[in-house]
Formats: sequence, C-alpha cells, structure tokens
Amino acid sequence: MLRNRNFVFGMILIAIPLSMALFPQYIAPYDPWERVDKSFLRPNSKHLLGTNDIGQDLLSEIIYGARISMLVGFAAASFTVVLGVLMGTFAGYFGGILDELLTGVTDVMLLLPSLPLMIVMASMLGQGYINIILVLSILTWPGVARMIRSQVLSIRERAYIEVSKAIGCSDTRILFVHILPQIVPLSLANIVIRIGAAMVSEASLSFLGLGDPTQKSWGVILYWVQKTGGFSLGAWWWILPPGIMITISVLGFTQLGFAMERIVNPRLKERE
Amino acid sequence: MIDITDEALLRVENLKKWFPVRRSIIDALLARKELFIKAVDGVSFEIGTGEIFGLAGESGSGKTTVGKTILGLYEPTDGSVCFKGTELFGLSKRKMKEMRRKLQTIYQDPYESLDPRMTVLDIVSEPLVVHGIGRSREEREEMATQALEDVEMSPPEEFLKRYPHELSGGQRQRVAVARALVLGPEFIVADEPVSMLDVSIRAEVLNLMLKLRKVSGISFLFIAHDLALAKHVCDRLAIMYLGKIVDVGPTEDVVNTHVHPYTEALIAAVPVPDPAAERTKVIIGGEIPSPMNPPSGCRFHPRCPISLDICREKDPELIEVSDSHLVACHVRARK
Amino acid sequence: MKAVDDVGLSVRRGEALGLVGESGCGKSTLALATMRLGPSNMQIVDGSIEFDGTDILKVDNNIFRRNYRWRKMSMVFQGAMNALNPVFKVGDQIAEAIISHEDAEKTEALERAARLIQLVGIDPKRINSYPHELSGGMKQRIMIAMALALDPNFVIADEPTTALDVIVQAQILKVLKDLQGKLNLSLMLISHDLSVVAELCDSISIMYAGRILEYGEIGSVFRNPRHPYTKGLISSFPSIKASRRELTSISGAPPNLLNPPSGCRFHPRCPYADESCKTEEPKMENISDRHHVACHHMG
Repeated sequence: MLRNRNFVFGMILIAIPLSMALFPQYIAPYDPWERVDKSFLRPNSKHLLGTNDIGQDLLSEIIYGARISMLVGFAAASFTVVLGVLMGTFAGYFGGILDELLTGVTDVMLLLPSLPLMIVMASMLGQGYINIILVLSILTWPGVARMIRSQVLSIRERAYIEVSKAIGCSDTRILFVHILPQIVPLSLANIVIRIGAAMVSEASLSFLGLGDPTQKSWGVILYWVQKTGGFSLGAWWWILPPGIMITISVLGFTQLGFAMERIVNPRLKERE
Repeated sequence: MIDITDEALLRVENLKKWFPVRRSIIDALLARKELFIKAVDGVSFEIGTGEIFGLAGESGSGKTTVGKTILGLYEPTDGSVCFKGTELFGLSKRKMKEMRRKLQTIYQDPYESLDPRMTVLDIVSEPLVVHGIGRSREEREEMATQALEDVEMSPPEEFLKRYPHELSGGQRQRVAVARALVLGPEFIVADEPVSMLDVSIRAEVLNLMLKLRKVSGISFLFIAHDLALAKHVCDRLAIMYLGKIVDVGPTEDVVNTHVHPYTEALIAAVPVPDPAAERTKVIIGGEIPSPMNPPSGCRFHPRCPISLDICREKDPELIEVSDSHLVACHVRARK
Repeated sequence: MKAVDDVGLSVRRGEALGLVGESGCGKSTLALATMRLGPSNMQIVDGSIEFDGTDILKVDNNIFRRNYRWRKMSMVFQGAMNALNPVFKVGDQIAEAIISHEDAEKTEALERAARLIQLVGIDPKRINSYPHELSGGMKQRIMIAMALALDPNFVIADEPTTALDVIVQAQILKVLKDLQGKLNLSLMLISHDLSVVAELCDSISIMYAGRILEYGEIGSVFRNPRHPYTKGLISSFPSIKASRRELTSISGAPPNLLNPPSGCRFHPRCPYADESCKTEEPKMENISDRHHVACHHMG
C-alpha cells in the first residue's frame, strides 16, 4: 500500500484537515467563539490569519471548521453510497418494474443541473446541516445506483449464481453471501472519493446561506465574508484559507479513493 | 442393462419451454404475431433409479434448457416434470426447496461454477447451510470432508482452505461434484461436465460418476454434445433436434442402428480417432435452422436425404421400432 | 517461459501434419512464431524454420511480410470466426487481404473473393453479406477462404473446428481435405482433438510442455504408439465405432511452462518413470523410417 503513490499523496494531504478535525483544541491558538481582539485585523504575529468581523481569530475558526465540514461531507457521501448500493442492487438483481423505475429516475436526475437543484431543495427544506446531508444524498444516489446496477447485472449472470439457485439458495442469501461481498469493497472506495465532492457542495450551499450560519464550517466562514463585506474590503487572508482547505481536502480524499479502488480491483482480478 | 424400476425416478411429459422474443413498440402497434424461441417443444422421457440417461444434440437442440427446467431454474411453458411421483411445478417454495435436496447439478464450466471468493469448505458446505443440515460447524465440516473423500480428493484436509483459483480444472470439477453430493441426492443433472476439461483428465470425472451410480445408486441426466463420450457413459440415449427428441433408446441400439436419419447423420459426422477406420461418410449439408422459426412438419425434413411429402406436413410421433427404442420418423418408423 | 523448447517438425508438399497437444503445450505459440505473429514479448531464441529450402527465421521482417506471410504461408486462427469485422461485408474483407499484398483493382479483388468463397462451398453471391448474417460454420469457411486469398503453399489451421457443432465440423474438415487435394496444399492442423487429426492428416506430432514426444506417419503412430503419453492420449479418446469400454485418463495435469519438470517433462505423470527420466531428457530416436519417439523406455 505504501508503494501506491496515490495513497501516500492522499494521506499526506488528508493529514492536515484530519488533524484539525480531530484535535482542534491542541492546534488552535484561540477559542474561535471568543472575541479576542479588534475586528477586521490583518494577519499579524498574534493572529496568523487575522480576525473576522466580530474579532474572532480566523485561524482558530478554520481549524475548528474542519470537523464539521468533513463530518457533513462524510455523512453525505456515506448516505449517498448506501442508498445507491441498496437501490442499485435490488434493481439489478430483481429487474422488472423496480429496475425500469430506477432507470427512469436516474436518467431524469442526470439531466437536471445539480447545483441549482440542490439550491432549490435546500431552500425549501430550510437551513441546517441535516437538511444539507439529505439534499446531497437524495440528489446523488441515482448515479451510484446505476453504477452498482450494472455491476450486479454482470455478477447475476455468472454460472455460480445459477448453481446457487439450483442448490436452493434464497434470493436473500444470494444477495448477501454471493453478490454484496463483491460490491462492498468498491463501494467503500467510492464513498471516500465522494467525500470531496460532498464537501464542495456543502460549502457552496453554506456560502449561499443555506447551511447553519451559527456553526463554523468553511462554507459558513465564506458566507460571513460575503455578508460582512469582506470581499469589497479585499480581505484575502479571510477569503483564501477556506478555499485552500477545501481544495486540500478534496484532493486528498480523491487520491485516497483512487488508491483504494486500485487496491480493491487487482485483488479481485487475481482471485478470479 | 440396468433394471428400471416400475416407478420412474424422473418423468418428463410433453415438456415445453418457449422464450418470448422482445417486441419493439412498432411490433406491438402493428399487432404483429408474438415470436417465441421454442427451445423445448414437447419432450417426454423417463429416467429410472441408478440410470445414466444421455441427452445429446447440437446447439439449439434444447438439451441445456431441458436440464435447467428440470432443476427449476426455468418455469415450463407447458407439460410436466414429476420427480418421485411429485409434480415439480406449482410446488410451494418450501416444498421445492425440499425437493432440491434430492435433485442436484454439475455445470460445464469449472472456472465459473464456483464462487471465486469462497473456500472449498464454504462451497461444499453451502448446501448444508442452505438446508439447515448439520447442527454445528464441525459437523458440517465433517460432512464436507466426507464429500471430498467421495470424489477422491485426498487428503481432503489439504483442500478445505483453498480457493478455486488455486486448483486445476479437474480439481475444480471434483469440488463441484462434491458440492452436488453433500446432501445425498438421488438425481444429478450433469450439463456437459467434462467438455471444458483437458482430454487426459476427462475420464477421471466420468469414472467418478459411474462409481457414484454403482455405489450410491444416483441417477444422472447427462447432457452431452460429444456422442463418442455419451456412448461410453450412458445407459440410454436420447437425440434431440430443434427442441424435440427424435430418437431414444438403449445407447448401443440408438448409436449402432442409427434409425433416425439425423442420428445417422450425426454418427457419420463424428470423427473417429483411428486413421485406418473405414470412412464411407456422406456428410449432410446445411445448418441447424433457428429455433424461432422451425421448419413445418418434421423439423429435420429440409436437410433429410429421405424426406417425403408427409414429412413437410406432419410432425412425426415417437414410435417403438424395437425393444424400448423409439424413433420419430415417417419413413423409418411406421406403425 | 519456454513455450516451445527444442521442437523438430517437417511437412511435405501436399501433406497434412497434425500437431496434437493439450492446453498450454505450446502448439499455438509454435504456429504464431512461424508466422511471426506472436505477442511483443515473444522471442525466437534459437533454431531454424526452413520453408522450401530457405531459413525464414533469417529473413528480414519487411521481406517476410511482403513475400512470405499470407503469400506462401497463411493461417486460420483459433476462434477465427470471431475475428471478422462486423461492420464490413465479408467480400470486402477478403478483398482487403488481396489488395494489401498485390496491386489489384477493387473489382478484380472482389471477383477473386467470390471465387474463393465458392471454393470453400459458399454461394459466391454472399460476398455481400455481413458477418452477423452468417452462421458459425460459414464464418469459419470465410476465414479459410481468406487464408487462401493469395494462393499460399502452406496453411496452418489452429483449432479450426473447436466450438463448432459436430456436423458443421465434419463439413469444414471435408472442405479442408478437398482443398488439400485440389490445390496440392500443405497443411498443419493444430488440435487437441486426436479424432479430428485422425480424420484429416497424413502425419502426426504429439506435443507436450513445449516438446515433441513422438511423431511420424499417422498410421504407424496410431497402430504402434511408443510413448506412454501417446498411448494414454489415444486411449482417452473413445471411438463412436468401438464397443463400450472403460474410459481411461492420465493422472496428474499438464505442467506449468514457467516451471516445467526436470528431465523428461512427462515423468511426473508417467507410469514407467524411473531415475533417468527425472534427470535426463530423452533424445528423439527412430523406430522406423517414419516414426520417431523421445523416451527412455520407448514402450
């Protein structure tokens, strides 16, 4: 695993936001909720990234923000894939009306532009992170389902599945013992890859005010920049860091996900 | 000759399996006739206890479909399959599952019929798990070990933890047989069980089947496309063409007297591993027509060297031409 | 991996040689090497291939492509019927083979294609058919026609009838036999099926794990097999003409060519093996003028 360049690269990148998320209290210089200084301060020796509009230390905000950004990203990605795997497996294995319904829904959803749709849904549901997770999952699971469905379709045709039926295996057993174990490894890799995309979507929605403005995710930080006129001030020390952190996280998770895919795939091929 | 008991173990009567061909919207709008692939179109035979019954034919004959329908993998379009006196179709799921304990199968491809992610132990004991046999894991392991011994994989302990990709083709096929045996079946559907194995090891698996028949009285439906092999393994043989049985009886009779013209053509076409053998062969021309549109009357008539007018009009019935040997031909099997 | 290790073969003009062996014995590699159509990691390390007096291994690649491949010698590949391009008519594909080697007009090439498919027993009008409109047997005949496009002296047929039904197989074998007679063609038929070789060939070579174990005039080898593997192989093929007998096999399995057995490669499976078989490779010896065996015990 250590030889895999993607893996190493990904781990290095992830280390940064991950440590921020896990041990913010040890890394951050201040409590981000406390007013520690004057507002709109530029970066200086006391505040490496300056302060925000109400005098809170920006660096601490960024560090504490990692936790919630990653959590939301991970939750949304997990729900998406779990839902996608369930639906895709049932549709692929049983076929029939369920399959036709799924294909129809997937086709429609792939046509619609995702971000505007997310915005509409989120504004209908109201603010809050649970809602964001919901919105992200509902709108992205069809893509996963379609991918899983084709995998299941090809496994379903193989001789050992037919033999299992002849032995008397129930559909449940075939699904859980023969089919799902082949799908799970790639699905896990898929979750990791999607965390990045979910984080970007969450940041976008929060930036537009559809997140929870009382929390401190990176998207919300940007929301407050916008709201308090930070952009017109040209406060680059406030504007850039959240974006950079998101970029690092997305890159890192994507690399890790690719590495996982590569690990999972050749082993399956070898087993065959 | 095996004594066939009065109560046949398996009785197939007028079995039909048609597969609908997908229609486009235009076909439906224009109300065009629905097309079917008539894979099996009226097949009847009986298999007794301890008998090896061969079902031979070329591609499109329907022999594999017959096997799969008997196993309950397909639902018949018409006709019946009776196993030990019980009609298999319309049975509740639970009852069918009970039947499956006695009715097992071996597939053609040793590389595909075993789940690559399961160990040999898991594969062979899966039927036990599915049917709730064996009160503990140890007991099931014992039964699986015994099955491996029965298929002459020794020492069995060495193979239990291995994966299919670590075994040779012949070994994999033995594992497949062990899996079929572990429930103590009475009947096994063997679909071309050796055609994908190297020639020098085919006999191992076939002799194993013969031993099982002798020792445990297991009957086999041996689906074959190698007639030379079928001749040396099967007690009785049925020749299928485009979904129907055209010739059936004791193997030696069917092969040596080759009454039906298709049987004759097949036997003439089989290559003989002896360069000095006499070759007076007339190889018939043409190819097998599509099962979607079989010829009228006797399905073989377009290629038959002795066909008459009636062959084009009427489908011949199976008529006894000698002791237990039935042939469906207007010309050579008359009442 | 030594797919082919010290192999000696010869085919006379107008003669059919059957190269028999099980999977992984190296027979297809031998054929591809002769035609220089092997994969990029295949190297011909030693030996010579003499064609009509010339060692073709020493011939330059370009000259080989222009003068030898497909002109003097051609090949019908395994699973050939799946090698036809589905978007072109079969006549065009045969014509393409002609045009790429000779200076011929398209119409002339198509005429020749029509005559070629007639030669293999297909209605010449079918040069306008697409591959999916043809049955398996017909596609295989097209591949044979394509191999004959430039009127070669020597054709290698690699498992030409595997995957075909029995009657179609017999038809194809008949086509090959007729062509052999009509065109005085030399044929090398590669097959795992001894009966197919017995039907068609004049001489036979038994290949195992990259080596030839026994070869010679086919009648002599069948009547009087000397190598234990040959005996085992012959007895593994039941005959439809013979009365029922017990089926026999050869214990063990064909070896892995990456790590072949020492000495005689067959010794792990041989009932007569002794110490010398494990250490010394047997040399090819003459049983008669046209029958040779490589075995320490020679049956």
